[in-house]
Amino acid sequence: MDLSLNKITHRYGDMLVLDDISLNIPDGEILCVIGPSGCGKSTLLRMIGGLERPDQGQVTQVGEVPQGCLNPLTFVFQDFALLPWRTVAGNISLVLEDHGLKGSEIDRIISDVLARTKLSDFRDALPRQLSGGMKQRVAIARALAVNPAVMLLDEPLSALDAQTRELLMDDLVGLWARQPFTGVYVTHNLAEAVRLGHRIAVLSRRPGCIREVIEIGRPLTERRTGDPELEALQKRLWDLMREEALAADQELLNV
Amino acid sequence: MSEQLVRFRGGGFRPEAKRGAGLVVFVLLLLVIEWGTRAGWISNLTLPRPSDVGATLAGLAQSGMLWTHLVPSLTRLVVGAALGISVGIGVGVMIGLFSYVRAGLVPLVAAMFPIPKIALLPLFVIWFGIDEGSKYALIALGTFTPTVVSTYGAVDNVDRGLIRMGQSFNLSWWSIVRKIVLPGALPGILSGLRVSLAIGIILLVAAEMLGAEYGIGAYILQAGSLYDLERLFAGVVILSALGVLISWIVGQMEKRLLVWRG
Repeated sequence: MDLSLNKITHRYGDMLVLDDISLNIPDGEILCVIGPSGCGKSTLLRMIGGLERPDQGQVTQVGEVPQGCLNPLTFVFQDFALLPWRTVAGNISLVLEDHGLKGSEIDRIISDVLARTKLSDFRDALPRQLSGGMKQRVAIARALAVNPAVMLLDEPLSALDAQTRELLMDDLVGLWARQPFTGVYVTHNLAEAVRLGHRIAVLSRRPGCIREVIEIGRPLTERRTGDPELEALQKRLWDLMREEALAADQELLNV
Repeated sequence: MSEQLVRFRGGGFRPEAKRGAGLVVFVLLLLVIEWGTRAGWISNLTLPRPSDVGATLAGLAQSGMLWTHLVPSLTRLVVGAALGISVGIGVGVMIGLFSYVRAGLVPLVAAMFPIPKIALLPLFVIWFGIDEGSKYALIALGTFTPTVVSTYGAVDNVDRGLIRMGQSFNLSWWSIVRKIVLPGALPGILSGLRVSLAIGIILLVAAEMLGAEYGIGAYILQAGSLYDLERLFAGVVILSALGVLISWIVGQMEKRLLVWRG
């Protein structure tokens, strides 16, 4: 299933936040969206996932939803959004309970996604007992459980420290390599973008519009941190964004 | 080069649990009163002797009158509070969930909250009769308003991110309410329960002051009109104990239901 964004425009009050954004997200590919803070990239993601309504323009699903998919557009949030009163397994079963699945089937899915995210030993732990990285793994496991057609990742690693981020990036690449998923990955971290994106869409400062879409040819599994080609690309992205990031930083927030 | 140790200046301003301190203060206070009443610098018109109050309580328990008074009081409290709290939680959740209910009922609840419910007692007697009905109604109304306010506050405070998450996974409206909103509001609802139940005890006494033969409130009122300080204080001790007991029960519920908070 592909996604297609057609001329998305959005205002908060009088302020234009997204201006005429058109994008294609082909099946099996990860699109990273980067841009300075406040450029509306998270808003754009929520619109793709149907959590917010754009003033103009629309998001279209092109093609059939794959078989066995319980929730085509599935989010992974920056703050994990785990229910603190449910165990790891309970948090995953939460998103399966509404689909009329049998208990044994739910159990099978939970065991499967926990194994894929290396969480099998933490099945009965409560979120407060887990580190930030583990919590985000649980959230990723939960997203995998509904077998999504498209994963919408909203700065999933931004609340984590640098080392954990590195580990989770490897995990995400591993998950993708085992079973390629379509993804939209919003981040302000350029290193994440060049590691995980097949294409990178650079948004400009408010009002957000697409400045450039960059393709990276190298397969995800062959990318390493410190790779000179990726570093050069990262520098090029930074040059593109630097001034806007500076301006965005010095903007008064009168909203 | 002069040397100086860096002075520690980071202490204090951090309440610590000191076990038994409360008990010591309580016992000391009783001892001082006991001493004062025996020595005569507290006249027995001012305060009763604690040992006499104790003896009165013991006598009350032995004669079986304690239960004669306690059972109707507890029944009134349980029935009235159960009514008020369950309706209060229901209405509070509705206010939290539906904008129209909120717009319609919040002003009404705000108008009802500050009314001293005791002032309505004569009205309740006409509406519900002088028997148990008016007492249940008074306690129910008294516990209803604080429960509503704390419940809709608790529902408002449920993390919107979690609700957004539920929507993003296509959970049904009812699933979101049952699995996200209600458990998320539970801590706030339980802490509101403490306040509501304390108000319930206060109103219990008020209700029993009007046309009740038995009950802790009636007992206290009788003792008061006879200026029988020992019995008056014995009644007050029973009420305090009731308050402590209820607070303990709510504490246990919090411990059981909110394990996930750690």
